[in-house]
Amino acid sequence: MARAVTQQRKIINTVLAWVIGLLIFFPILWTFLTSFKTEATAIADPPVFLFFDWTLENYTEVQNRSDYLKHFTNSVIIAVGSTILGVLIAIPAAWSMAFVPSKRTKDILLWMLSTKMLPAVGVLYPIYLIFIELRLLDSKIGLTIILMLINLPIIVWMLYTYFKEIPNEILEAARMDGATLKSEIFYVLTPMAVPGIASTVLLNVILAWNEAFWTLNLTAAKAAPLTAFIASYSSPEGLFYAKLSAASTMAIAPILIMGWFSQKQLVRGLTFGAVK
Amino acid sequence: MATQQSRSAARLMMAPAVVLLLGWMLVPLSMTLYFSFKKYLPLRGGDLGWVGFENYSRFVSSSAFWPSVQTTLIIVGSVLLITVIFGVLLALLLDQPMWGQGIVRILVIAPFFVMPTVSALVWKNIFMDPVNGLFAHLWRVFGAEPVQWLSQASLPSLIMIVSWQWLPFATLILLTAIQSLDSEQLEAAEMDGASPLKRFWYIILPHLGRAITIVILIQTIFLLAVFAEIFVTTGGAFGTKTLTYLIFQRVLESQNVGLGSAGGVYAIILANIIALFLMRIVGKNLDA
Repeated sequence: MARAVTQQRKIINTVLAWVIGLLIFFPILWTFLTSFKTEATAIADPPVFLFFDWTLENYTEVQNRSDYLKHFTNSVIIAVGSTILGVLIAIPAAWSMAFVPSKRTKDILLWMLSTKMLPAVGVLYPIYLIFIELRLLDSKIGLTIILMLINLPIIVWMLYTYFKEIPNEILEAARMDGATLKSEIFYVLTPMAVPGIASTVLLNVILAWNEAFWTLNLTAAKAAPLTAFIASYSSPEGLFYAKLSAASTMAIAPILIMGWFSQKQLVRGLTFGAVK
Repeated sequence: MATQQSRSAARLMMAPAVVLLLGWMLVPLSMTLYFSFKKYLPLRGGDLGWVGFENYSRFVSSSAFWPSVQTTLIIVGSVLLITVIFGVLLALLLDQPMWGQGIVRILVIAPFFVMPTVSALVWKNIFMDPVNGLFAHLWRVFGAEPVQWLSQASLPSLIMIVSWQWLPFATLILLTAIQSLDSEQLEAAEMDGASPLKRFWYIILPHLGRAITIVILIQTIFLLAVFAEIFVTTGGAFGTKTLTYLIFQRVLESQNVGLGSAGGVYAIILANIIALFLMRIVGKNLDA
């Protein structure tokens, strides 16, 4: 009897959860489907769900009309570049905080986090001015540096929590065997921390890819990543739903896939280890 | 244990990160402070001298200020309410035994990975367009007049878009917190005859307290800075001008840098008050 009840509850749970899940996912699914329709089918009344002539012409059209690949490449360079740069700067810092802690380590960590809370709009003009002076406006390098700086606190913080989990004894043993500081970090610590470093990279590539304040304000045609490129669709000419959908699908697909692999790290990274 | 030598090496290795972040914080911040005390119009005469606190008083006394504060509070408050309440309910549901749990979880968290400009544009055009949008089709099916979402119901529409983006974040964190709850405690309560509602109120909710606080604080910081969603949907029209957007317009659109900088200082102070609370919780966790 009890078993029947739980079975029944399981069915209700399943149906309810799937309905809600599909409802939340629907805008993404609909965008994906629309990207394979012709512009006429995309606005058909009543809307067509699955049974239409699937076409790839929107994808080629988006590429031909606006050089989509250039913006995609910009996104990759900026997101991956800023993350790698950030990780290279953060590894030594996180190492020293995790293994040679001092009284002030905690304060430094918290202070680093607090820089993350600085509202971007409050420093918009200074950064804009500096970018003009240094001729960094609409350049990939400038944006890479900015995104590295805004994600650096999270990178340091995540690496710190991962390094903390590595037993100090292993590093001491390496030191006893005469390993230099450099080889201790690169040959002993880094290989052990690879999973942690990988998830740090993953989460920060996602955050940098989707960043939409600095990318919108500091780029124009040349260095615009996908966030800024897609925004140019807000003043459309003629029918454009299917093309907008194609551009959107290509912009979110890689990150969606990466995101699904990083669910656990996401919680840890975005709550600064306060929820595990 | 740590030798003098490794200590100085440690300090040296921390230096690049510390120096960079210090520069990132201090340089633009002091520039904003500097500009906030000046009459500075880059396109109309440039630096027109010191004006004391005039920008600060002008920023708060302008007719756009209070509406923007109100709009900010409505957006932040509503999104927090929606995401936390539905986040708790959804997390509770996802914690139950079911088929395909992993897939449902993936479906639910997906919106978090959609870049803000994409989600805003997709909602604006494909769903909320008053002629060709999916909602308009749906309204017509029931014989109703389609709604001009982003002009007639601009705030609710914006709140809906932003809530859709942040509900996954709240759900994921609350789900993680629920899963760390000791199930024996719940079973004991069940055996003692506590109703599901009582178990939720006296065991689950108190356990979630800290996670909810963290969700609220982190989301508040991000929600105060919502920008791209407004930029591509209404451009600040129809009563959707938040404090962040007002400052952006003052600085870049009307190029009144002094006035915008004073607004920026207000925004920084506001964010820091919230950050202080968040830091305290995170700091406590660091000791444990």
